[in-house]
Amino acid sequence: MSRLQALSTFLYRRPRLALALLLGPPLLWLGVVYLGSLGALLLQSFFQLDHYTGQVVREPTLATWRALASRANLDIVLRTAGMATAVTLAAAVLAFPLAFYMAFRASRRVKALLYLAVMLPLWSSYLVRVYAWKLILAKEGILTWFLARLHLSGAVDGVLALPWIGGPSLSLSPVGMFLAFLYVWLPYMVLPVEAALERVPRSLLEASEDLGAQAGTTFRRVILPLAVPGVVAGSLFTFSLTLGDFIVPSVLGNSSYFIGQAVLAHQGTSGNLPLAAAFTMVPMAVMAVYLLLARRAGALDAL
Amino acid sequence: MSLLATRPATRPATRPAVRFAGVSRRFGEVAAVDGVDLEIAGGEFFTLLGPSGSGKTTCLRLMAGFDRPTAGTIWLHGEDVSGEPPWRRDVNTVFQDYALFPHMTVAENVGYGLMVKKVETSERARRVEEMLELVRLPGLGRRKPAQLSGGQRQRVALARALVNRPRLLLLDEPLGALDLQLRQQMQVELKALQQQVGITFVYVTHDQEEALAMSDRLAVFHRGRIEQVGAPAEVYETPATEFVAGFVGVSNLVAGTLARALTGTPQTFSLRPEKIRLAPPETPVPAGSCAADGTLRDVVYLGMRTRYGVALDAGGVLTVEVQNLETTSMEALARRGSRVRLLWSREQMHRLGPEGDA
Repeated sequence: MSRLQALSTFLYRRPRLALALLLGPPLLWLGVVYLGSLGALLLQSFFQLDHYTGQVVREPTLATWRALASRANLDIVLRTAGMATAVTLAAAVLAFPLAFYMAFRASRRVKALLYLAVMLPLWSSYLVRVYAWKLILAKEGILTWFLARLHLSGAVDGVLALPWIGGPSLSLSPVGMFLAFLYVWLPYMVLPVEAALERVPRSLLEASEDLGAQAGTTFRRVILPLAVPGVVAGSLFTFSLTLGDFIVPSVLGNSSYFIGQAVLAHQGTSGNLPLAAAFTMVPMAVMAVYLLLARRAGALDAL
Repeated sequence: MSLLATRPATRPATRPAVRFAGVSRRFGEVAAVDGVDLEIAGGEFFTLLGPSGSGKTTCLRLMAGFDRPTAGTIWLHGEDVSGEPPWRRDVNTVFQDYALFPHMTVAENVGYGLMVKKVETSERARRVEEMLELVRLPGLGRRKPAQLSGGQRQRVALARALVNRPRLLLLDEPLGALDLQLRQQMQVELKALQQQVGITFVYVTHDQEEALAMSDRLAVFHRGRIEQVGAPAEVYETPATEFVAGFVGVSNLVAGTLARALTGTPQTFSLRPEKIRLAPPETPVPAGSCAADGTLRDVVYLGMRTRYGVALDAGGVLTVEVQNLETTSMEALARRGSRVRLLWSREQMHRLGPEGDA
């Protein structure tokens, strides 16, 4: 019997050991490196920075969390969450028709092409694409030029004049940031929604028609409910990616901070690791609450 | 069942429930249905029988409106529906995979058609419960389809279609996914249900036994065309073409020199294996019978019957099936290699039309 056979037989007789060998490395990675660092973060948020010495005081305190609850920091949280919500909703609305077409109508060839088209942007650097958007949205940029040719400059100026979302130009306004976010995260919505619709048997649509339902009713009563797990999965991506991002808000938009930038600034520039850690906990808490709500609404039953 | 009984079970059929005139459905170069003419009377249990790809399911989909003919006209109850969408047709379908909505309960599934038609909630609940009783699933309304067995899902699909009181019910191989015992039980139940509710049933299957057991009439499909339409006994006893003879039951097809040796003409004829008698050599031939001598070459013991392959002295092989009335398997198998005389009545030979393809 060769050594490999001996080893194989040895493991065959000890299934627990085989399982330990199989799951050991990933569990070590997840448990120690991944969850461990998250735990360390959580721990950090209960320390505080001594502003005179610039040193972290390693004594349990809620001072950092109180600082997070200050008006300025809450603004950052709400601003980021608002942007994430808007991006998620817009991505869902944009992605659904495309996913529907890919799942139910497109031929295999067209479907493959559309898959490619959706995935293609993910192959190039995200940083480069964000800077490309800065050029597209700039005051002298291609979008402004194009809209001027369509005599729509007035509409753009109108949007830019709005409070909260407006600004001096598209690239320096929250609207521009929203467009860039929507662009970079859209594939993460299209793919899960398409996958969910793909799993809906065509016969269900025929059954609905057969029972007297017109297209609108079939959509509302059959397609939409069955697509919800896909939309939830997609929104997890778009929402959490927007919540944590610091590149788009620093390249586009005005000078107001987003959570990602706040984390970067606190842990890098000011060395306030406890506050950065507390900021990091916010998106996680938001996502946890969102998932719980989705689960309670039965959106994940079909998973 | 009371609500369904309001429809007279055998209403005089003034206009056929279904009429096809020159209906074709082409997919590019391929004609899935090729110039089919068909009439199905009201209240009939009509079966579309054929192998996969023969066009029977496409015909059903054309009746339901999931597909539209590329040529020809379809009338349902005298109304031209060739261009009408499914939701405008007084037809309901039981799907092969049942197509139950997984996110709805059984009651919501059954009540879907009524909900769409905005039937009042209390009336809807009453009719759903009545229908669940009719298909013998009372009290299961709150379950999800995933919590049901295959046979129960099949009944829910049936209830979901019947609750709408359609004039025509289409069934696409509804028993295909069930095991043999359940399938035979459901065959009896479906037939009884059809007689009880008096709705026209159009039933698609590739199972010839099922077709023979359940249908009032059946149409045998082959390559997008209908080969023969008739009552089960008619199709079985007097197949019109070679294809029908071979597909509906087992048949000996005898052609060419062997046909000439046995009948005097080379014209092809079919002969059912169970109509042939195995006799000892030199048995006198009764009047009106044919005989052929040969050697028992193959013996297949099938439990209820034994199937013999007999190599004829005149050339060729005839299949013979004999009920195991007193024969044991040992005896049957021991007969291999023995000389026999085959006898059959002349009436059992059916000459086949030239249209059948060899």
